[in-house]
Amino acid sequence: MSVRGYGRSTPYLFLAPYLVLFLAFVVGPALFGIWMSLHDWDFQLPGKPFVGLQNYKDLFDPLSATSLPFWHGMRATGIFTLASVPFLVALPLGLAVLLNRAFPGRTFFRAVYFAPYVLGVAVIGLMFRYILDTNFGILNAFLGLFGVSEIGWTNDQPWAWIGLVGLTVWWTLGFNAVIYLAGLQDIPAEQYEAAELDGANRWQQFWNVTVPGLRPVFVFVVTITILASANMFGQAVLVTQGAPGDSTTTAIMVITDTGLSQFRMGSATAMSYLLALCLAIISLVNFAIFRERKS
Amino acid sequence: MRRRFNPGFWLLVIGLTVVFVLPLLWMAITSLKTIGESQSAPPTLWPQEPTGRAYDVILTTGGQNPVLRWAINSFAAATMHAVLVVVTASMAGYALARMEFRFKKAIFAVVLATLFVPGFVFLMPNYLLMNRLGWLDTLWSLVVPGAAGAFGVFFMRQFFLAVPRELEEVAMIDGANSWTIFTRIILPNAKPALATLTVLSFLANWNDFIWPIYVLFSPERLTLPAGLKLLQGAYTTDYPVIMAGATLASLPVLVLYIFVQRYVIEGVARSGIKG
Repeated sequence: MSVRGYGRSTPYLFLAPYLVLFLAFVVGPALFGIWMSLHDWDFQLPGKPFVGLQNYKDLFDPLSATSLPFWHGMRATGIFTLASVPFLVALPLGLAVLLNRAFPGRTFFRAVYFAPYVLGVAVIGLMFRYILDTNFGILNAFLGLFGVSEIGWTNDQPWAWIGLVGLTVWWTLGFNAVIYLAGLQDIPAEQYEAAELDGANRWQQFWNVTVPGLRPVFVFVVTITILASANMFGQAVLVTQGAPGDSTTTAIMVITDTGLSQFRMGSATAMSYLLALCLAIISLVNFAIFRERKS
Repeated sequence: MRRRFNPGFWLLVIGLTVVFVLPLLWMAITSLKTIGESQSAPPTLWPQEPTGRAYDVILTTGGQNPVLRWAINSFAAATMHAVLVVVTASMAGYALARMEFRFKKAIFAVVLATLFVPGFVFLMPNYLLMNRLGWLDTLWSLVVPGAAGAFGVFFMRQFFLAVPRELEEVAMIDGANSWTIFTRIILPNAKPALATLTVLSFLANWNDFIWPIYVLFSPERLTLPAGLKLLQGAYTTDYPVIMAGATLASLPVLVLYIFVQRYVIEGVARSGIKG
């Protein structure tokens, strides 16, 4: 830089307020959580004996009290993620292509499709608890018009998963669509013109121009959608309460129940680090797959 | 693109609008029904005997369901949180975008890396920290810890990187100090980014669910999302009351959204490109 109009300490003064927060509530807790996971850390007991990796070992010991609920939770989270991510990656792309056309009222419709996302999971959860209610819900009433008998959207499988995936798609479709839309608008119009000159129809243009042009956005959407789905909590808490049985009790529900309801925080932090590790591996695999296809 | 009127296209656009709007309308309509009508089969599409009973219940039952109190708590927490995020993130983002100093790369790398650490990792240790600070069951637990997230810093840094340097250089030659340059020149030129970050932080805090349901417990201290969960537990199948609560919790954000939708959507879109 030609002129350096600030003193040696100035940058640190600008950074200081944020760094204090960052050290206190991000770095400190992340490291302290590892420490907790190495102890039998019961919030309500005075003694917190060091147990080494025992909390982690217990999660892999079928006879321990923590492993069964934890792996059931992991299975529920896995099922939800596998079932929701394909819809949340594909449908928003279609919506974005639709919104990328020039038509009157485009900004208005874009805002309407995005609107559910600005509402929190508490509102969405309660709203769908009523819509999906077995006896009083409007969805069953509507299906009844076609002779479909009552479906237990909140207490019967696979309907509970279909309901949870469906409401999540409804809620977050617009979010992913807006991200795709920004990516679509970055693809130069000349590429479409060139493809058209080569005689490509709309479908061929989509596969040969749009999809390759969106690759970086694609990786981003897949990654954040997997993370968001793996964090599923509020929908299941409010709509199915983890039922039927514990089939929709997700990993986060098991972690919060263990750590913040039963206060067995050592086990709960071990669970959360194990889940975080799984997610990190999935993200890395995801990046690796997309990078390979590029070359 | 083609300008010709395309009925299939418009059918799709309108159909999707109905799909996204109907559940919200259904929530509001149900809040005006009697219990009996909300449970009738087949459901009535419009309240036959419209009643404000549900709103009476949640707004006036002497302190038991202090929905207005929850709304005030939510508003206070979200506002203070957004201010804290915008102030700290814009200062840090400016330093990272525009200044040279030791450990700059290392600091930025560590901050950026935490963007990829899922939030649930911090639940237990931050709960203990709230307990130690005496912040459990207070709004501070909602205002402060969330402001340590890396998104704001990253977002503001990206914005400042794109601001032309000439603006500052002229002021530096005139002898203005960094703080003057930052507050008088940089921030006024960053209004769209500041507005976007304010709105996104406000919304995220207003909607947060998992954290407030564990760190707040007194009924009068809850925020709306935590309060709605309490309402659901207390009124299980009294759906008009539950829908009235959900409607009241959505109205402020939907009204806000009407005015600031551009900032919200552009903020989300930008996070995708740069992320």
